[in-house]
Amino acid sequence: MRILTTAGMVIGMAFSSAFANSPPLDPQRQNELVRLVRQDCGSCHGMELRGGLGPALTPQTLRDKPASSLVSTILHGRPGTPMPPWKNFLSESEADWIVDNLQKGFPDAR
Amino acid sequence: MLLVLALGVLSGCASPNLRGTGDLGVVVERATGSVQIVDTTHRTSLARVDGLGDLSHASISYSRDARYAYVFGRDGGLTRVDLLTQRIDRRIIQGGNSIGGAISADGRLVAVANYEPGGVKVFDAGTLALVADIPAVGSNGKRSKVVGLVDAPGQRFVFSLYDAGEIWVADMHDPSQPVLRKFTGIGKEPYDGMITSDGRHYAAGLFGEDGVALLDLWNLDAGVARVLVEFGRHGEKLPVYKMPHLEGWASTGSQIVLPAVGKHEVIIADQNSWKEVARIPVAGQVVFAVARPGGREVWLNFAFPNNDTVQVLDLPTRRIVQTLTPGKGVLHIEFSPRGEQVWLSLRDENRVEIYDPDSFARIGTLPVESPSGIFFTVRAHRTGL
Repeated sequence: MRILTTAGMVIGMAFSSAFANSPPLDPQRQNELVRLVRQDCGSCHGMELRGGLGPALTPQTLRDKPASSLVSTILHGRPGTPMPPWKNFLSESEADWIVDNLQKGFPDAR
Repeated sequence: MLLVLALGVLSGCASPNLRGTGDLGVVVERATGSVQIVDTTHRTSLARVDGLGDLSHASISYSRDARYAYVFGRDGGLTRVDLLTQRIDRRIIQGGNSIGGAISADGRLVAVANYEPGGVKVFDAGTLALVADIPAVGSNGKRSKVVGLVDAPGQRFVFSLYDAGEIWVADMHDPSQPVLRKFTGIGKEPYDGMITSDGRHYAAGLFGEDGVALLDLWNLDAGVARVLVEFGRHGEKLPVYKMPHLEGWASTGSQIVLPAVGKHEVIIADQNSWKEVARIPVAGQVVFAVARPGGREVWLNFAFPNNDTVQVLDLPTRRIVQTLTPGKGVLHIEFSPRGEQVWLSLRDENRVEIYDPDSFARIGTLPVESPSGIFFTVRAHRTGL
């Protein structure tokens, strides 16, 4: 388990360094992502992100989790759980933006 | 005469005109914590009722006189809305995170399924006073999220424990002392449950493994059987971007139509043998499969990213006879009681569309803010809801 976590972090760090070079997301795409997270992720995690069939995605519950592993979960899903991979719909930099905002407190849709 | 008038004044009715509720319904506005009361005869909205909390996964049961809508909110809110005065009649916060509920056959008890803290709470339908609290502690000793809560004949509630993989039957003849019958090891991750329209079978869909856990409520001693295990056992499983809802499993009396999990297919099963009869390719992961009253056609909507599409399955020919793209974010499908209209909620378009299910022509549209569930009062008289 510990080894897996470490491996995940290493991969995550590689992702993070890639994001550093990505251009910032334009405001329209940011709005789309806010809507996607609140509406579509919200069908399992709750529109307020306080959890449902899936876990809560609030700053408190995500505080201790490394951003890199959260990004990896979004892009690749979590096999053995209902969490699906979103890599066909989100780029790495978009997943990074989502994790960053989830950990800060996610913006409202409107 | 005077007495009647005086009562009318005392009750403070907004409208002096008497009316029934049989052609009314409620549409949930999921983002704004409000609902609209709608009329299927005139295809209009009568009123908006605000202040219902987080309705991001709200569902509704009706009192047996079809006057009051019990709205189950995600934030644990339980609100009784009066369709006639168009106001909140009572409201409580009963849990931390709830998913749905049901009303007992005699109309006296309203049960709510909670994720957090996992369990079922039962309330007096008139006062919303707590009558019974059933913590869902599975045989593993851990508290579990509760899904698939239905009412069943014999003053019972039936529900599934998502984390523990169990089905419980609660006999509510003595409301404060529920008698529980627990079925353990029914399968991994039951994600929702439904009861057939005859009230005989409770079926829980499994996410964590293939098949359906089936309980014959006429013969509890026979235990839970696993049926339709073959379904899902071919090819690769596709990602599921939204869980199917089994309340809408189309049970037509002789056949039942189920969304496959992780497959872009529906399964037609024989309702007596619970054996697969056919498997039909469709446009995506099905969320709701809703039979038109009469059971000839079944309307389907889909999970992201196919949630702009609705398909119509004709059961006699087992063919998809229509594919509609009414707009973005089709969340729910509801038929008028006799099925001459079908209402679709279009979350991302902020409107509800009304179609003629024979001609597939659009016959109405209503502005509704981020609509999700549509619930007509005909549900008041259906077992399971």
